[in-house]
Amino acid sequence: MKTFFRTAALAAAAMVASAGAAVADPVKVGFVYLTNPGDHGWTYAHEVARQDVEKHFGDKVETSYVENVPEGPDSTRVIRELARQGNKMIFTTSFGYMDPTLKVAKEFPDVKFVHLTGYKRSPNMATGNIRFYEGRYVQGVVAGKMTKSDRIGYIASFPIPEVIQGINAFALGMRSVNPKAEVSVIWVNSWYDPVKEADAAKVHIAEGADILAQHTDSPAMLQTAEKAGVHGFGQSSDMKAFAPKAQLFSAVNNWAPYYISQIEAMMDGSWSTGEGPDHFAGNTWLGLADDYLVLTPFENMPADVAAAAEAAAAKVSGGYNIFSGPYKDNAGNVILKDGESYHDGNLWNDMNYYVEGVIGKIPG
Amino acid sequence: MLEELILTVLLTSVPLVYAATGELIAERSGVLNLGVEGMMLMGAVSAFAATFISGSATLGILAGAVAGTMTAGVFAIFALGLATNQVATGLALTIFGTGLSGLMGAKLVGNAIDGLPSLAVPMLSDLPVVGRLLFSHDIMAYLAVVMVALVAWFLKRTRAGLVLRAVGDNHDSAHALGYPVLGVRLLAVLFGGMMAGLGGAYLPLVLTPHWAEGMTAGRGWIALALVVFASWMPWRVLIGALIFGGITIMQLAGQARGWTIPSQFLSMLPYVATIVVLVVISRSREFALANFPACLGRVFHAGK
Repeated sequence: MKTFFRTAALAAAAMVASAGAAVADPVKVGFVYLTNPGDHGWTYAHEVARQDVEKHFGDKVETSYVENVPEGPDSTRVIRELARQGNKMIFTTSFGYMDPTLKVAKEFPDVKFVHLTGYKRSPNMATGNIRFYEGRYVQGVVAGKMTKSDRIGYIASFPIPEVIQGINAFALGMRSVNPKAEVSVIWVNSWYDPVKEADAAKVHIAEGADILAQHTDSPAMLQTAEKAGVHGFGQSSDMKAFAPKAQLFSAVNNWAPYYISQIEAMMDGSWSTGEGPDHFAGNTWLGLADDYLVLTPFENMPADVAAAAEAAAAKVSGGYNIFSGPYKDNAGNVILKDGESYHDGNLWNDMNYYVEGVIGKIPG
Repeated sequence: MLEELILTVLLTSVPLVYAATGELIAERSGVLNLGVEGMMLMGAVSAFAATFISGSATLGILAGAVAGTMTAGVFAIFALGLATNQVATGLALTIFGTGLSGLMGAKLVGNAIDGLPSLAVPMLSDLPVVGRLLFSHDIMAYLAVVMVALVAWFLKRTRAGLVLRAVGDNHDSAHALGYPVLGVRLLAVLFGGMMAGLGGAYLPLVLTPHWAEGMTAGRGWIALALVVFASWMPWRVLIGALIFGGITIMQLAGQARGWTIPSQFLSMLPYVATIVVLVVISRSREFALANFPACLGRVFHAGK
């Protein structure tokens, strides 16, 4: 009798196993979004990539996402819930999810976590990032060429490394073509506050800026620029629809190739966090050269400026290190001498200054 | 340069003037409606939707007013009709309005509208200095000042205003005198909703001609603080809105010029100012507490 039960149990187990093999369940992948994806800006770029993931893998992968998740401790609950629901890989798509992701990653060692744009990792938590600052260097070149008042207004969110890198790359690009131009920075302490962004844009224009750049997410700045007859750059996705006459170009974040490579690696078992001395920002930190950053067509600018932008983009794609000397910080201290240049680690650890050409001081 | 900055201050103050003036009337009738943020968002999304679909910003203004009034109606059903706790109901209304406006606006994200045109007053707008500052705005900016004037006149000079104040100061006495306490409060709450809706409508119609979820970003709460700051006086609302708006713009301009005052400090100033006023109110009854509606937030039961 005992043997009978055991045999039956084994047979049943075998049947379940074979049934499982015949109809493989899709691998579940979860995404955590900062805002509603909408159809512009940071989260939208992630949503586009998620849809590309679904197209690429078909019914082998099942994705889901949670939107409007505030950064900080609140997000822990959401990430944990996604892990409990059986997601094998979870992408947390904003800097502020870094510590919550790390916390949940420790609780679920079998789930792979990919946090975007941060720097903390664990054996099952990788970091992915795009070299956003490469697009901002090209913006700087265009701004330096276009400005008549030699004054550029920059609207920034929070003083985290990524944003500082962007401001400095912008200023280095600007100064490479226009040594007199200056960029002033307004911090709005938010990623998304359209009214405050519009106010900041108006203030910049009132203070004499004729080119605007932003590291915040709403199209408010470009709409304000359009109304005031000045120019600016879109953020994260093409914002031409909001400002057909004002948008010079936009650097679009293209996360799809990264997501697909991570999920493939997870499925075939080759996934790793890619820890290494040259990979401070995680296992992937790619930009223009690999189409992780795509520039929209150069518009509303004279042909020679567009040509300069093309040349700058090509130079960066060709491997030019934007953060190479000689350059000074805006207090006049030499940061890099001729021939010196930063490696990735410096960009995250040592960049606590504005380069020459930026007005003011980093807050905090 | 300074002129441009002052213009920006004026524009950024308009939604605060609307929302706070409306809330002031509700509070003077004794009703504390903490749902201003939710009503503003409903006004904003409706104004944008109506303008986007019809192409007419005038319809947008109307839609904002109607949506704000209806949202306030939801509050009235609970807080007045069912005598629920006003604080809890108001907070719920903000959450409700935030969620519903997001849902209504989900399909509208990513679209832009032309918004309200500026109406330069002939002759006057050509005056040196003050011309542009005072006479080159859109219709809603002028209307905001008109509304403040009307509300001030209504409260101080009309019989109905006197009744409203009586209801807010002592609802039992007002009831005993035969005034319809709940009827007066219903109208005051609906008016507050309409004004919050107009304040919300100003965001997508003038300040940023698109819809974004939660685009008021806390301005409803500033409006609530503003009512206290103004110690329930309409003209002080106008002055307070300009001060709050001025502080916002000053901290942005300070940054643009590379000043080293932390922007967080300046962001905090409106709230600090409100707390200071609260302290003054508690110390000086004659100056500030004269207009405090004594029945503010208290539930009225007719049977007593």
